[in-house]
Amino acid sequence: MYDSGKIIPGLIIFVLFITIPIWYNRGAAGSVPKPELPKDAKTCVLPAAEIRAEHMKLLNVWRDEVLRDGKRATFELEGKQYQKSLMLTCMKCHTSKKQFCDKCHTYASVQPYCWDCHLAPVE
Amino acid sequence: MDTNRRNFLKVAGISTLAGLGGTAVVDRLVAGAGMAHATTGAGQGAEQAGAAKAGATRYGMVIDIKKFQMDPGLGEKAVKACHQIHNVPNFPEKRDEIKWIWMTNFENAFPEKPNLYQDEVTEKHQLPILCNHCDNPPCVRACPTKATFRSDDGIVGMDYHRCIGCRFCMAACPYGSRSFNWRDPRLFITNINKDYPARTRGVVEKCNFCVERVQIGKLPACVEAIIDSKALVFGNLNDPNSEIRKILKEKHTIQRNPSLGTLPSVFYIV
Amino acid sequence: MFEKALKGNNYYWMWLAFLGFFVAVAVVCYLRQYFYGLGLTGMTRDVSWGLYISQFTFLVGVAAGGVMLVLPYYIHNFKAFGRITILGEFLAIASLLMCMMFIMADLGQPLRGLNVLLYPTPNSMLFWDMCVLWGYLILNALCGWVILTAERKQIHPPKWIYFFVYLSIPFAFSIHTVTAMLYCGLPGRHFWLSAIIAPRFLASAFAAGPALIVVMALILKRVANFDAGKEAINKMVTIITYAAIANMFFVCLEFFVGFYSDIPGHKHTLQYLFFGLEHHGHVYNNLVPFMWGFIVLFFVGIALITIPYTRKQSDLWLGIGCASIFFAFWLDKGIGFVLGGFVPTPTEEIVEYYPTINELFITIGIWAAGFFILSVLYKIAIGVEHEIEA
Repeated sequence: MYDSGKIIPGLIIFVLFITIPIWYNRGAAGSVPKPELPKDAKTCVLPAAEIRAEHMKLLNVWRDEVLRDGKRATFELEGKQYQKSLMLTCMKCHTSKKQFCDKCHTYASVQPYCWDCHLAPVE
Repeated sequence: MDTNRRNFLKVAGISTLAGLGGTAVVDRLVAGAGMAHATTGAGQGAEQAGAAKAGATRYGMVIDIKKFQMDPGLGEKAVKACHQIHNVPNFPEKRDEIKWIWMTNFENAFPEKPNLYQDEVTEKHQLPILCNHCDNPPCVRACPTKATFRSDDGIVGMDYHRCIGCRFCMAACPYGSRSFNWRDPRLFITNINKDYPARTRGVVEKCNFCVERVQIGKLPACVEAIIDSKALVFGNLNDPNSEIRKILKEKHTIQRNPSLGTLPSVFYIV
Repeated sequence: MFEKALKGNNYYWMWLAFLGFFVAVAVVCYLRQYFYGLGLTGMTRDVSWGLYISQFTFLVGVAAGGVMLVLPYYIHNFKAFGRITILGEFLAIASLLMCMMFIMADLGQPLRGLNVLLYPTPNSMLFWDMCVLWGYLILNALCGWVILTAERKQIHPPKWIYFFVYLSIPFAFSIHTVTAMLYCGLPGRHFWLSAIIAPRFLASAFAAGPALIVVMALILKRVANFDAGKEAINKMVTIITYAAIANMFFVCLEFFVGFYSDIPGHKHTLQYLFFGLEHHGHVYNNLVPFMWGFIVLFFVGIALITIPYTRKQSDLWLGIGCASIFFAFWLDKGIGFVLGGFVPTPTEEIVEYYPTINELFITIGIWAAGFFILSVLYKIAIGVEHEIEA
């Protein structure tokens, strides 16, 4: 191989660099995030596993239905009527963005831009 | 570079592009099937502007200029109600200012009606102007992402999630109704309303006829704030028996820049 | 062929470093603007488009100007342009990249830029502008590259490329027409609401683009031993002359319509730009020096490029003349046209626009980035020319 004196060390540095996420924590995955669940409500608007996977899509669907199509009809859950709204429904139960939303988002390194406009409940 | 290495790089580059592009296309096709219903709908309002379907609502407003002239405090009340309930920021410098409804002079509201010898009352007092929620809105025609759209009930809405901040709508609006967030507005909102979002920097905003209130049967905030004076009347222009239609039948009204064909929904009683 | 750009003399590297410095400054300034918001520019609620969009408007014209080399050569068989169509095509690439950089710098939410593609809106001229700009960029890159490669191998270009070459000609006209349509269809801005905006744009584009090419061809003759040929330069100067005169004729027509009809909507912006506008006791005239600079530079330039001595015998004066025409039309389109449209505002108020230092450095940096790309591309083209001459 030509230039092996430059290529082999370069390759080693590259492999080390690209596998930083694996060896930086010495194999440990870090603790699983524990978002603080609301005390007074039993279920969310969808079952837990579904809402965890789909809440991004659900919020987008709500947004388009409410804002663009004008379909502001409330939906019923356990006898109560709820609006399709992040601030007026989700955050009324999950009253702390830091203890709930941020716990998983920080772990997954996700930065949703919802909070640029939508007001988080005062902590 | 010898030709073998060159061919290898060409093939590698094209396959990477194909791989990235292909997965993106497949993802969008799969997701698009589920999301298609959510993204259509309100955006097509622009093409149907002016030709309301039978039975469709068309919201409008009548502004009684004389009432604002007789009681100058009314204007401030209406503006404050709107700006407070919608978290409209209050910037100290005029260059950053954002306003959804505001008081201005007759010659600024109706620049096509210049009058050298205006009556004293009109000269001294102001009247409110806001987005006209046109039936044929040039801003909706201009928006490249349908972030501003005309919904079926006549309200020209803003989708702050989709706005890319190109400000083409601001150039297109013949009335100067739109404002842009030149910086982050959060710190400049006096008296935050916790039940309504604010906006972020880089998006355009304007009066939305209180769509979130109107669509659940309430009146716009500005109308409700001064409801006793009846200086602002809001209603369904397509309902011949509504209060607003009665007023339009009885009183002589004018509109702003009517020759531009934008078909505004806001009328002014002179 | 990129390796041609990696070998150069000291002046070449110093020029690239000089441009690179301004690009680096612009990157820092843009980061400041990204995190603060567009409030760091001089734009306000009433003048919502400023330097960025006005530079974009001018540069679309410069990009379209390349067609004035392609059209005579490929359609009318004007052989003298054979060596320099590549200059026009590479100028179009650099200009279009500058246009896109200016648009990205101007967006309030640049990361959402893809929304224009995800939610196509055929009734919006900005959507079509994006389509034709990308289309023209790809066409020029494709045609320029394939034909240059064929020249290097000293064979005829493949037959299929001519389809794209012929397609690029209507595309060139369309990019500037669509950009003009951004402005001339807006009901609220009387200065822009005129059918002659699109012809005016095309005329000034076909003058400014080739003027820049002539200046650069003359510079390349000095520094890179690349001679475009007297016949080619002469024909380009003819095209520039007629296009520039057409543009001024259109400007005079605008003046006639405004001042003979005396209708305020048609008149006020021209008054603001050229004479200053008085409003409530204050005279607003911050753009007047620029507009008269445009007039003066136009006459100086036209004189220099039509008088036989300066046109034929002296490269220096011809270059100065063409540069004058280029600057004149930069002042006309890049300063007067866009900024003037916002005065007076739709509510008959007057707000003047002054760019901030941050904004100026971003603008200068994007121009520097464009010239950087152009220098690299021209180095490649000339490298290939020298290779085949040897």
